[in-house]
Amino acid sequence: MPKQQANWSPYDNNGGTCVAIAGADYCVIAADTRMSTGYSILTRDYSKIIQLADKSVMASSGFQADVRALQKVLAARHLLYQHQHNKQMSCPAMAQLLSNTLYFKRFFPYYSFNVLGGLDSEGKCKGKGCVFTYDAVGSYERVGYSAQGSGATLITPFLDNQLKSPSPLLLPAKDAVTPLSEIEAIDLVKTCFASATERDIYTGDKVEMLVLNASGIRQEFMELRKD
Amino acid sequence: MMNLADSAPATNNMLGSEADSQRTLYPYVTGTSVIGIKYKDGLLFAADMGGSYGSTLRYKSVERLKSVGKHSVIGASGEISDFQEIMRYLDELILFDNMWDDGNSLGPKEVHNYLTRVMYNRRNKFNPLWNSLVLGGIKNGKKYLGTVSMIGVHYEDDHVATGFGNHLARPILRDEWHENLTYEEGVKLLEKCMRVLLYRDRSAVNKLQIAKITEEGFTVSEPYSLKTSWDFNAFKNPTLDAEGSW
Repeated sequence: MPKQQANWSPYDNNGGTCVAIAGADYCVIAADTRMSTGYSILTRDYSKIIQLADKSVMASSGFQADVRALQKVLAARHLLYQHQHNKQMSCPAMAQLLSNTLYFKRFFPYYSFNVLGGLDSEGKCKGKGCVFTYDAVGSYERVGYSAQGSGATLITPFLDNQLKSPSPLLLPAKDAVTPLSEIEAIDLVKTCFASATERDIYTGDKVEMLVLNASGIRQEFMELRKD
Repeated sequence: MMNLADSAPATNNMLGSEADSQRTLYPYVTGTSVIGIKYKDGLLFAADMGGSYGSTLRYKSVERLKSVGKHSVIGASGEISDFQEIMRYLDELILFDNMWDDGNSLGPKEVHNYLTRVMYNRRNKFNPLWNSLVLGGIKNGKKYLGTVSMIGVHYEDDHVATGFGNHLARPILRDEWHENLTYEEGVKLLEKCMRVLLYRDRSAVNKLQIAKITEEGFTVSEPYSLKTSWDFNAFKNPTLDAEGSW
């Protein structure tokens, strides 16, 4: 008898979209709250965002079980860091940790598409918004804004147009952090999700937005189409 | 002469060699949908008592709803032997919890988290427990209802279902569920869902149990059957307008 092939996959795509935008003194991180499988909606009220540290917030979409496991690993590592260094991890430090954690499972990846947002805390960049974007195996870069997940292909071109980001090829490197105000950026994020919801079946129900700035962290919700 | 059995197909080699015959490849005896809802005083669950062996309805008295500790109920669909294994894990978990003898006890949220980790870790080893589980309960007035799949996908909601239940029951529940359902309303709602599943799910059997958990404790009904109606004109003379048709 020939060897039996597997008829189950260890992966599933539970859908969803994540966006983050970095400002001069704030950062917006947003994700929809829909969780799907195949053509079914499992639940309309599931958060894809986690606050890993004081100034680090991660939004992840993809395979929910892997996302949850990844969040737990990072949260545990942050706790250890706090015990060892008696301080919170900075956003760039968390960014490196996330990259290393993902690459650690290079040959059985976390099917998790992440954006990490927060506030920089070093030297003259203190308080500036920062966004890091990742693929599933940990390659990452710091950018001014990013979208990941099922609606990313719909949102990214729109953000490219609206935020008129400078070319990353320029020398000296020009900052991609947007000059938009916090209110304008949030409005832009809401528009992104409303548009993505129209055409992406996996995006919808509600968008959860977290805003980090000097005064702390704020959470906002907006209803989206439920179809 | 090329031995075709040895030629390398696009096999996923992470699934181990033939000597490694201890892994779950596919399910044998399976249960179908489980439904769970929150209601005014606690939670209600429904599952039929069928254990299918492929397309044969082999076992018709399988209890797929069980209590876990003082505060929780578990409902399982999928491989029945794996469910029995899960019950062994849970019995041990509760035993150790009781042995602390400190007045504290594991609530539904904790049990759900435990199950999620177990299912995910088995998936990581490519040897899954082939089940979709519903886990719910009430502790200190707080109601909790969640579900876990065989690959570790999990979430909580006011109403959950496994398998076909997601396709047929959840839409009904989204439309008709509301907070503060009475016990009678809850049972009626579950029966409505189970009836649709009975009509449309090939693996469903007409023998079900309803389980209830409140602060007072766990009860599961005696098995009973739903009334069905097959009295449609189209069924009475199916070839009326299509002579020779099947």
